[in-house]
Amino acid sequence: MLLKTLPRNVGLHSVFALLGILLFSAISPSVLAESRYKNPDVDQLAKLLSDLPGANFKASALLIKEAEGFVKQAANPELDEVLSGLFGAYLKGKLYFNKSTKQLLILEELDGKLSLKDPFNSALLGEANKKEIKKIRVNNRLRKTLRKSIARLTLFHPHQEVRLSAVDQLMQKLSDENVSLLKEAQESEKSKTVREKIDVALALFALDHADPAIRKQAVTTLAGNMEPAVKAKLDTMLSVNEQGEHLEPSKAVRMEAQSALASIDLKRSIYGFFETVFFGLSLGSVLLLVAIGLSITFGVMGVINMAHGELIMLGAYTTYVLQSLMPNHIGLAVLLSIPAAFVVSGLVGVGIERGVIQFLKGRPLETLLATFGISLILQQAVRTIFSPLNRQVITPEWMSGALQINPVLSLTYNRLYVILFSLIVFTLLLLIMKRTVLGLYVRAVSQNRDMAKAMGIRSEWVDAMTFGLGSGVAGLAGVALSQLTNVGPNLGQAYIIDSFMVVVFGGVGNLWGTLVGGLSLGVANKFLEPATGAVLAKIIVLVALILFIQKRPSGLFPQKGRSVE
Amino acid sequence: MNKSYLKNIIASATLLGSISFATLTQAADTIKVGVLHSLSGTMAISETTLKDTVLMMIEEQNKKGGVLGKQLEPVVVDPASNWPLFAEKTRELLSKDKVDVIFGCWTSVSRKSVLPVIEELNGLMFYPVQYEGEESSKNVFYTGAAPNQQAIPAVDYLMNDLGVKRWVLAGTDYVYPRTTNKILEAYLKAKGVADKDIMINYTPFGHSDWQGIVSDIKKFGSAGKQTAVVSTINGDANVPFYKELGNQGVSAEDIPVVAFSVGEEELSGIDTKPLVGHLAAWNYFQSVESDANSAFIKQWKAFIKDPKRVTNDPMEATYIGFNMWVKAVEKAGTTKVDAVEQALIGITSPNLTGGMAVMNKNHHLSKPVLIGEIQDDGQLEVVWETDGLVVGDAWSDFLPGSKDIIADWTKPTRCGNYNVKTSKCSGQNF
Repeated sequence: MLLKTLPRNVGLHSVFALLGILLFSAISPSVLAESRYKNPDVDQLAKLLSDLPGANFKASALLIKEAEGFVKQAANPELDEVLSGLFGAYLKGKLYFNKSTKQLLILEELDGKLSLKDPFNSALLGEANKKEIKKIRVNNRLRKTLRKSIARLTLFHPHQEVRLSAVDQLMQKLSDENVSLLKEAQESEKSKTVREKIDVALALFALDHADPAIRKQAVTTLAGNMEPAVKAKLDTMLSVNEQGEHLEPSKAVRMEAQSALASIDLKRSIYGFFETVFFGLSLGSVLLLVAIGLSITFGVMGVINMAHGELIMLGAYTTYVLQSLMPNHIGLAVLLSIPAAFVVSGLVGVGIERGVIQFLKGRPLETLLATFGISLILQQAVRTIFSPLNRQVITPEWMSGALQINPVLSLTYNRLYVILFSLIVFTLLLLIMKRTVLGLYVRAVSQNRDMAKAMGIRSEWVDAMTFGLGSGVAGLAGVALSQLTNVGPNLGQAYIIDSFMVVVFGGVGNLWGTLVGGLSLGVANKFLEPATGAVLAKIIVLVALILFIQKRPSGLFPQKGRSVE
Repeated sequence: MNKSYLKNIIASATLLGSISFATLTQAADTIKVGVLHSLSGTMAISETTLKDTVLMMIEEQNKKGGVLGKQLEPVVVDPASNWPLFAEKTRELLSKDKVDVIFGCWTSVSRKSVLPVIEELNGLMFYPVQYEGEESSKNVFYTGAAPNQQAIPAVDYLMNDLGVKRWVLAGTDYVYPRTTNKILEAYLKAKGVADKDIMINYTPFGHSDWQGIVSDIKKFGSAGKQTAVVSTINGDANVPFYKELGNQGVSAEDIPVVAFSVGEEELSGIDTKPLVGHLAAWNYFQSVESDANSAFIKQWKAFIKDPKRVTNDPMEATYIGFNMWVKAVEKAGTTKVDAVEQALIGITSPNLTGGMAVMNKNHHLSKPVLIGEIQDDGQLEVVWETDGLVVGDAWSDFLPGSKDIIADWTKPTRCGNYNVKTSKCSGQNF
């Protein structure tokens, strides 16, 4: 291409010139690199990693090792930080390179904009142009290598959190190199938590020591420790090989290991119990959320609303729409969608009540069929407007991850928030029903419509508002569900049976019943699940529920003082 | 945004209109192609795409002058994710509309409901989805993967390349996962994996509360041996599963999950952050670079008028099936089912990922197997592939009941369930 643009009569001169250009361009990256960074070590590191763009996975792994070795030799804390930062970006798929200059770049999000950063001196290089840069590919094996490297590089990091996770990483692979590093860290470590963790790691390593006394000592250190690695290691120690010999030759050590393991197992089972309770409560709070709206429309008004699930779905889609309207503020969009979903589902609910249900009062079968029809219409409407595919609702950062209480017990944030959210919704609803004029009217109308009318209550208006309230709460459930499961046209169907189950179990028309019913069904389900499997657990709960209803037709907390129609 | 949806509605309405208009004008001299994919109900999410793929292929073939000098005419019906309705619609297509070929079905249960009807009326169907095998009907051609073209290579990859020693087989509770897991369990045991190193778990359709199961997997995986999850969890339920894995801190490096029903289409509807690094096994990925593939992707995006739409494995299977059918009809010189059926065996057609797919005498394809890692943009990056083509095996070699059984539709055997030991044909093809 270049040759074609040259005039024909240029001759030898230009060929030399061209060669010169080619030569220069071949060496220019390194020339540039030399002048780029002040610190000669950083400069060398940059040069070393300049092969990373375009390298295959195997070559990349070698480069990573090489870079780590170089940094370790340089013994320069600044380098440690540079490389661990670069590896961290690499690990997360944020490491790019410029297609023309092959310069490594870190892609960062700053104020909602994608901007580039030089990994070697943290200089900001302005906004990213996606066309000019290419991602450095990473696969699982590289991720593993990177994580280990980062752990070794950050073992002396100033932040305790970082050091802790570094020890965690190194504990998984106790090679000689890692152990000597850990020993070094043990001496200089000031934080007690980190030091304890290092002790555990080193004790784990000492379990393979030749001297039984040292092994026994190590087992004693590990007694009661709940790290999964400890249990796995002790289990192997106590097992026998194919020839029937114990893997641990010393009987004294075996006895010690046995009692250590017993104490670990006891602790694990206790925390395992708490974990199951948490799982059960979180499933229960989802059930509570989806059922509580129904407990108003079905329980208080006596309307069998088969479209309840679709009102939940509308709430979830509201979250989706808000998120796509404000793509840079995902978390805020979720918060805003709480009132928005309430309004959307509430209005649709009022529409359904005014448009259909009010004409079918006192005819439950027809109401059932009509609302079932509405549910199909709503589903298909969503399919046509948004597509039959599931929609992407992003979980904000503060709702991902888990609260790590100890190595065995961790509580996931999204579930914690949902438990909290459902309890808040429940309390608010209870206050509305017990403390407000609307609540008073609703109760009056549901207990004796004619009498209420005679007292001057506009029962039509109350019906519409009550149905709107129940539907709005269904919308709130949708917001919560959008964080837990798929947002698609079939979202509602999956929950309609569950919600009826909870309301019937708890006692029709009783909010407290719904609370107790939802939570206890959730907990029962989760305690059954490990023993029976998820499918059978559901069936058992359903059968138990049917038997219970046979015994007590009006549920856990029957409405008192009201003539049952 | 709403405007474009509105446009879509209008566009599809006019498309439907033009189809019925086409029916009126060219009644006599067309070849009718039945499209039996759910356009409503739970499966609409996956099957609508395949309906569009068939329509696109027909449009293209008609531009080239049709087949045997006749134009192709699509007959689209909607079985509405309702399994018995699949059988009814098949009967309607075959006896009322008199279609020459059907492209259809997604779930195994819908295919099973179509089988008796299509055998009775001697129709011809192409089935484009990966499935559990243990079947070979004279009237059906299977262009999706059999277990040995997806599940077994995936397990081999995990075992040999990632050194996996402990296995979780997690699936949705229905026929495909149950059969696949039975095959995998037998395969793993044959490879010397102990009982205690295999955990099998089934969950209901659309399961969304994975806390307990993920916590069990985590415990199972913390025994010091490399653990992997082989997931036959169906469609939607995968998303909360991956989300829970991410939240409980199980990363793809610790416990990789290889899935057989998660593809580009499923990934396009979800937040891929918690999935990055997990694996999927298919015969096709959109990310594979080849001329045929980029042409196909371009054509698809133009046809569907949405630059963001993705392509996936069942679409490639539909593409291969359609091209093979066209080739076979031209070879046979007629659309008569028996002639086309015989002509199809041995037909080759290019894969989108390069190489040629071959239709074997058991009505299954020979295809390459790819394993990809999920990327944050919802695409899959190939990390491993088989050396050559893998021949689809209708009856698994790892199940005691079907070890000795083969399917061979060439003369003189002509049998979908032939026992090589007793040399008998059971006659029951499914």
